Amino acid sequence: MSNELSYLAKKAAKGLVSRREFLGRAGALGVSAGVASTMFADATNAAAHKKGGHLVQGLGGGESTNTLDPALTASSVPFLNLRLFGDTLLGVDQNGELDMRLAESFEASDDAQTWRFKIRKGVEFHNGKTMTPDDVLKTMQRHSNDESKSGALGIMKGIDEMSVDGDNLVMKLTAPSADLPYLIADYHLIVQPMGGMENAADGVGTGPYMLEADEPGVRHLWKANPNYWREDGGATYDSTEVLVINDATARTAALQSGQVHMINRVDPKVANLIDRAPGVSIKNVAGRGHYVFIMHADTAPFDNNELRMALKHAINRTDMVDKILRGYGSVGNDMPINKAYPLFDESIPQREYDAAKAAEHYKKSGHDGSPIILRVADGAFPGAVDAAALFQESARAAGIPLEIKREPNDGYWSEVWNKQPFCASYWGGRPVQDQMYSTAYLSTADWNDTRFKNPEFDALLNQAKGELDNDKRKALYSQMGYMVRDTGGLICPMFNDFVDAVSDKVVGYEGDPNAELMNGFAAMRTHFA
Amino acid sequence: MHPIVKLVVQRVALSLLLLLAASVMIFIGTQILPGDVAQSVLGQSATPESLANLRAELGLNDPPVQRYFSWLFAALQGDLGTALTNGRDIGESLGTRLGNTLFLAFWAAIVAVPLAIFLGLLAVRYQNRWPDRLISGVTLTSISIPEFLIGYVVMYFVAVKLGWFSSVAMINDSMTLGAKLNAIALPVFVLTLVVLAHMMRMTRAAILNVMQSAYIETAELKGLSMFTIIRKHAFPNAIAPIVNVVMINLAYLVVGVVVVEVVFVYPGMGQYLVDHVAKRDVPVVQACGLIFAAVYIGLNLIADLVSILTNPRLRHPK
Repeated sequence: MSNELSYLAKKAAKGLVSRREFLGRAGALGVSAGVASTMFADATNAAAHKKGGHLVQGLGGGESTNTLDPALTASSVPFLNLRLFGDTLLGVDQNGELDMRLAESFEASDDAQTWRFKIRKGVEFHNGKTMTPDDVLKTMQRHSNDESKSGALGIMKGIDEMSVDGDNLVMKLTAPSADLPYLIADYHLIVQPMGGMENAADGVGTGPYMLEADEPGVRHLWKANPNYWREDGGATYDSTEVLVINDATARTAALQSGQVHMINRVDPKVANLIDRAPGVSIKNVAGRGHYVFIMHADTAPFDNNELRMALKHAINRTDMVDKILRGYGSVGNDMPINKAYPLFDESIPQREYDAAKAAEHYKKSGHDGSPIILRVADGAFPGAVDAAALFQESARAAGIPLEIKREPNDGYWSEVWNKQPFCASYWGGRPVQDQMYSTAYLSTADWNDTRFKNPEFDALLNQAKGELDNDKRKALYSQMGYMVRDTGGLICPMFNDFVDAVSDKVVGYEGDPNAELMNGFAAMRTHFA
Repeated sequence: MHPIVKLVVQRVALSLLLLLAASVMIFIGTQILPGDVAQSVLGQSATPESLANLRAELGLNDPPVQRYFSWLFAALQGDLGTALTNGRDIGESLGTRLGNTLFLAFWAAIVAVPLAIFLGLLAVRYQNRWPDRLISGVTLTSISIPEFLIGYVVMYFVAVKLGWFSSVAMINDSMTLGAKLNAIALPVFVLTLVVLAHMMRMTRAAILNVMQSAYIETAELKGLSMFTIIRKHAFPNAIAPIVNVVMINLAYLVVGVVVVEVVFVYPGMGQYLVDHVAKRDVPVVQACGLIFAAVYIGLNLIADLVSILTNPRLRHPK
């Protein structure tokens, strides 16, 4: 091992070098990626033996109405709690690859319509009961049966029947799906004793931390699970606490005064200032989340593709990223997919702001010149009102009369989004393209918030589902990307980063594009210096 | 019946009636708000099926009037029910929250009320001289700045820069009294600033008003010192208006501190109510609303009773 590399490995062990940086340097030094990857894992694993202490995470996105019931999890704090006390069958790692958790392995039939997941043995729930495939089956049933109110109900729809066969959970689908393992990795689907049919909100799971105190909207206290089933990836602290701090200023103050060790959702406006403050640093990672303006493609005047194209050309994407996200993000291309997705087609041309082209499309649309009403609230995404004002300005330069109607945050999701023909919104993204498109762009999707209805697109999507050859799938997804981009109702100016801030006392922090705070695994993958 | 007893009974009965009216208003208010609890809980991830399932489970398909009365009868028997959003016992969660709110309000009042009255007396003693102007200037400035701004400024200098007190005022049962007091130091400070001016000004005005009376002139002519006149002759006669303003501010300390609670992340009633309003969790909103209404009505009742009891014409009827 060269001197530089061993120095780097030592730095990596202290958490001062990220995996990506390490692999990059190692590559430059002529070490193959596979070898370097193992070296990095060895170095960080050796360091990971250092355990203990009390980690406090201060999070926005928790309410006193929260519950530990996985089915009803919809915001940041409950999501993080699920990560702490539970495990899913499979996970998606930071490289977008599948990670075996409570499933030891899985296999699909050739038509990708029947899937067998081999369930790990000897895993114990926090209540001392050993997990069985039956618990897994009941969990899946609770999220998919007729009375389910689960947030995962949408992704469980395609399952025709489920059964236990020895150590295996067998799922038969109504139609082929090559991405089922990614769907099963959904955070709602953590395995609970008896599937949570008896007591879904008691916080008992197989996860690395066990419940000590549960005060919704205030704090959640967890202690390390000594019987965790896996050697690495378990608790690295004796205990961890999640404090709910919804006010962004209070959250940053808590980090700076040392009361919490990490926070989520740093306002991009102050991120640079915080990064310069002593003892803390900003950690941002590009994810799949995007801030959007959605038009109902079946409602006048947005049922006119020329008008939609005019608006798409009339938005200044780089301006949005600079001014709204302060650089903590990347430009979008009017499709919900970016390079954080596997099988993304980089060759699709980037759409730019072009007032002349926008004016030309606007003229062709034959719009009568009456104001086009865009409804926004800051609850749609942070900075949405400012973003709309920017949009209005750049559209005016193209001669398009955009009018902004400000809506209250309260009730925005029930009264405006998915109801009004043109409004601001956000999407958190999904692990794979199939899920993103099936959720919001399939003609029959419940959340088709752009009213994108294209039978040809649906057919391609179905074809891609059953296609196990990645090259062919990539080509299909590319075609679908063009369709959404050039005919859809989505204006996607930007993909937002997850912006966290972390105290220097914590080492090993690494961005994970799946979600904020290392995809919720910070209490398992970092430790105190 | 003695007129005081009669007045008291009347006032109490009226207060109960007001409470009932408040509960009706709150219920109607929650019905007018767009969306319902099922929609709010599931948010953007709602599908028509999961919505329908949740609505059925929560009994949202019953007519509103029926829901109101079933809630009312249970509440009259002391059962506040369970939160629709997370199935928790409302009485239990509310008990902790109310305890926290009262704890904060209590300490803020302990600091603010005597301080305000003392400063008011001081201002009268040095009327139109520099202590009076200084006290009025400082308190009026502090009341004119929005409380969140005072909170942030205090937080930045005292918690972040100096590190004296914690910026997160989170308290729980496992803490000692000392630790709790340390945790709430900053919110108590901010609340004191917020309520001080009102009470101080009222004390000052009430006493100055009394000072115009003929008997004060008599006292002055008797050659009593200014301080004795204020203490023995003016203050007792100004108690009723002062108690009134003190009660209003106490009520504010219990029901109006949402902003301070949010800034300092204090687990009190305000945040609890706001979260549940946002989720349209009617039983919780009802329970909180009733408690807030009861606090307001109760404290006003006390103020009225004090006015009545300190009124010689009522104490000694002809």
